[in-house]
Amino acid sequence: MQCSKKICLSFLVSSALASTAVMADMSASNKLLLTGGVSQVEGAAGGGLTPWAVIGGYGTNDEIGANVHYTYAKTGDYKLDSYGVTFGFYDRFELSIAEQKFDIGNLRNKVAAGLGADVIGRDTLDQTIIGAKLRVFGEAVLDADTWMPQVSIGAQYKRNHDEKFIKSAVIGAKSAEGVDFYVAATKLFLDQSFLLNSTLRLTKANQFGLLGFGGAKDDNYTPQLELSGAYLINKKLAIGAEYRMKPNNLRSPANAALFGGQNVVNLKEEDAFDIFVAYAPTKNVALTLAYVNLGNIATVAPVGANYGTQEGVYLSAQFGF
Amino acid sequence: MNFIYKTVFLLLLVTSGVSAVAEPSPNLGNTPMESDEVFKDFGGKPGLVAIMDDFMVNLVADPRTKPYFDNEKQTYIKAMLVEQMCELMNGGCTYPGRDMKSSHTGLKINRAAFNALVEDFQLAMDKHDVPFRSQNKLLAKLAPMYRMIEEK
Repeated sequence: MQCSKKICLSFLVSSALASTAVMADMSASNKLLLTGGVSQVEGAAGGGLTPWAVIGGYGTNDEIGANVHYTYAKTGDYKLDSYGVTFGFYDRFELSIAEQKFDIGNLRNKVAAGLGADVIGRDTLDQTIIGAKLRVFGEAVLDADTWMPQVSIGAQYKRNHDEKFIKSAVIGAKSAEGVDFYVAATKLFLDQSFLLNSTLRLTKANQFGLLGFGGAKDDNYTPQLELSGAYLINKKLAIGAEYRMKPNNLRSPANAALFGGQNVVNLKEEDAFDIFVAYAPTKNVALTLAYVNLGNIATVAPVGANYGTQEGVYLSAQFGF
Repeated sequence: MNFIYKTVFLLLLVTSGVSAVAEPSPNLGNTPMESDEVFKDFGGKPGLVAIMDDFMVNLVADPRTKPYFDNEKQTYIKAMLVEQMCELMNGGCTYPGRDMKSSHTGLKINRAAFNALVEDFQLAMDKHDVPFRSQNKLLAKLAPMYRMIEEK
């Protein structure tokens, strides 16, 4: 969705009366292809795992842009469904809402088998994320004659809807809600067709917040670095990789007692990375396919045994209006 | 005295001649590339002329850019663009035109129109099979000119 300031305001005020002429005007997309990034897993414009400094949508500095996304990730033991909407205002401010559904059916069964009791009692953990991002300075794409990146600051409010479970002895999170704060710097080295992003995030979130916030090991904000690199093969196609550090707040031995000292749910949290291909056949569509490795999430294993690594496929589709 | 005048005149002539070779045109808008590799990917001057012909067709066909180009100055603008691009790509040309600020003053070009022009240029370069990397090398020289071209 793109429109001039005037048309947009009138649209927002009386959307029901929007004429077809206004709708046609709004479908113009005036940012260059793929330069708005794609919707990252928490709903912000960025790569797959990390928010970038770019403002989502194809709207320029006097337009509003918006897109919706659906993301599916499948690793050895888990599945993640995520969908949301991202608005970009005047290439300055971004607002996003994402809903995540984390399928823990496998973990539930393994814990039930180990304990002889269904202590998890649910197949999914759900989370809502509301994000805001403000471009502070810089122009990631056009300032090709300087090293100065585009820099944005952002926040993501996360509310986990399974408070009772994630604060129970099995997980041991301290809170079911939290706010991540980040500063992101994005630079397109146009003469090299290469994009670099670096994001510093302050967070308490366990596994993006899917396992709550804070734990017995650490209940403080810690800085986490996130890096993305992307090479533009042509206007429509980019390949890249990302690395996202994550905190390790949860104390696994706390739940050893649940298993009579023989098994634990190992909650050691590790960094995540992905290797992606992003394809934008038109300005209205962006598809992302990635190999993703989230490290260990929660593994039921004998004390001292190796924990599992959750790796698999990540698929995301984004549609702009 | 006559000898001194002549010497000074000759010295000025020589130094100005040297500087004309080393210095880019004052109104070019950016520094030229160091080699002519990209210029070759554009097919040299004949290739560049053909690309600019298609570029102008695209600009006039695009409702976002039509108002700026659908006029009697098309031929002149095309010729100036050829010289400017050629010099930026180290193709041995000298851009004789005006600077980027004064040549766009009053046109009220915004980011949407600027980006639309880039897209129309990309289409023309695609049509003539300019490698994407070389396209971006030239765009990297042109993109920063938004600071001189756009008017709020």
